[in-house]
Amino acid sequence: MTTFETPGRSGQLQASRKLKQRKQLGKFGLNTAAVVVFVFAVFPVYWMVTTAFKSSEQIFTTDFIPFPTDPTLDHVKRVFTEGVAGHSIWRYLLNSSIVALGTVLIGAVFSLLAATAVARFRFRGRAPFLVLLLIVQMVPGEALLIPLFIMVRRAGLYDQLFGLIVVNIAMTLPFAIWMLRTFVAAVPRELEEAAWIDGASRFTTFWRVLFPLVAPGLVATSIFSFITAWNEFVFALTLISDQGSYTMPVALRYFVSQRSVDWGGIMAASTLMTIPVIIFFLLVQRRMVSGLVAGAVKG
Amino acid sequence: MANTSTVARDGGSSLAPARGRHTGKSPRKPSGLPDWVVPYALLLPGLVVIAGLLLYPLYQMVVMSFQNVGLRQIRGVPAESVGFENYQKLFESELFWTSLRNTVVFAVVTVALTLTLGTLVGLLLHKLGKKMSTFLIVGIMAAWATPQIATAIIWRWLFDAESGVINWALNMLPDWFSSLLFGRSDWTGEPWLNDALTIYMVLIVAVVWASFPFIAVSVLAGLKSISQELYEAARMDGASAWRIFWRITFPLLKPVFAVLVVLSIIWDFKVFTQLFVLAGGTSNREAFNLSLFAFTQAFSAPPKMGMGAAIAVVLTLILLVITFFYVRQIVKTEDVR
Repeated sequence: MTTFETPGRSGQLQASRKLKQRKQLGKFGLNTAAVVVFVFAVFPVYWMVTTAFKSSEQIFTTDFIPFPTDPTLDHVKRVFTEGVAGHSIWRYLLNSSIVALGTVLIGAVFSLLAATAVARFRFRGRAPFLVLLLIVQMVPGEALLIPLFIMVRRAGLYDQLFGLIVVNIAMTLPFAIWMLRTFVAAVPRELEEAAWIDGASRFTTFWRVLFPLVAPGLVATSIFSFITAWNEFVFALTLISDQGSYTMPVALRYFVSQRSVDWGGIMAASTLMTIPVIIFFLLVQRRMVSGLVAGAVKG
Repeated sequence: MANTSTVARDGGSSLAPARGRHTGKSPRKPSGLPDWVVPYALLLPGLVVIAGLLLYPLYQMVVMSFQNVGLRQIRGVPAESVGFENYQKLFESELFWTSLRNTVVFAVVTVALTLTLGTLVGLLLHKLGKKMSTFLIVGIMAAWATPQIATAIIWRWLFDAESGVINWALNMLPDWFSSLLFGRSDWTGEPWLNDALTIYMVLIVAVVWASFPFIAVSVLAGLKSISQELYEAARMDGASAWRIFWRITFPLLKPVFAVLVVLSIIWDFKVFTQLFVLAGGTSNREAFNLSLFAFTQAFSAPPKMGMGAAIAVVLTLILLVITFFYVRQIVKTEDVR
């Protein structure tokens, strides 16, 4: 129909149609790749949740059963009533919540004070302090385990949730300060100066002007600390020996080592532990990235 | 460090000690504490925590690595110094060298795989349409958010010998293909978590799965900061996608990659939770890495805390060298003054 001798409208049309086709093909390839990555990322989590609701016959099979055709709440009920390591899973969810919330509440106060100091004041020792924060963040908690174990024992905090809270505050504080300082710095200084002019005290200025404006950042930072404390495993493993004081991760690992064939129960318990984290995670995802890459991603 | 003295950079930060001089620009502060005390007072609680619970234990760890710290010392008997004995024993033990090898090989392989996959997914996210990109981000978020302990347990279940999905999937492969690739076709009952080598294979998959989303999202954030015009110009000149990546994207994102590489190395060097669960505790000595080795020395009977501390010192020294590069990169790109 169209030839090269007649470079008319139809020729152009065909060329653009070809381009369009290629683009669509490329788009199709990209979307396929996206679906593959999506399945790789989501399948293990999906498998955890569905296993929790499958009947034992559907769990212990060499066949592939994509979703529970006879969903059951048996496993979920069992981890609540019969429990893990002699206690209902409520106990461990409660212990984990106490540790995580304790860490967040005390940590939030400490980090907000320090972040204000770093973001609002110029003082001798400020730059060394910031560099110290960066270095200390990188010291592996696993390495500090041994001296901290002895310190916690000597302080009489062994086997106590408070001991775990103290250690978790130390582990989360450097990053919390680092992240919060950008939020404090983002609040225009003029607002505080205006309050001073109106005769507000330093505390009032902080509480009525700075705090409300920093609050969203404080929430994001706190959620990050919450997730870290909620997931923390190594310290909970070594600083707690009484089963009644286990946190979720330690209880889970105990479950796996003691009743390694009860995959329905194990997956039900794992799901219960994971859900709060995923919810919190979706809330702060963007800020976490910018906090972790710490300014390297600057346009 | 001297340059952070009382000289305020701009009029705004006039809370630096003004010692009698009026800073003029800002209004008089309400009375109370002297101005110069305020930042230190604010910093005090945080500083006490950092000094008491991070720096002091760090110091203690070094001290203990030169001591004999057993059960009696934990109960309060003063520890006696043994000089370099712990280190000497450590470097003579075969277990230390296998642990070090496991640590390094695992970190190198995992970092390479995580960064490659993460970068590819980051590029993919950048190219996708808006809906598809949101869809994928939510998906990889699930992997990222899963707690380490749950990650390990899930992958243990996926690689289960009897009812694991992986063995089912391998059995589904056509027999000729399976035997060509692995030299066998029947995977029923294959125990993945008995052998150090296969434990590490599973560990690599699990850790890559959990950590590539962070890389992908960070790379995406970096890509968004690059001007589109650069790409258009390159495409006009007929550059291939490969060339565009290495000539434009990579050089511009170098600082991002530097930070991501260092963070990944640090995270993968000290991996503990996932290995502890996948290897089934501390019984499989072949599968030790440095963290697990130190833990075992210090916390299984009889406790050899001094030895554990010596291993921790070695691990920390390696990480501090890497951290040095990290801090240098951050200080270069971010204003810490």
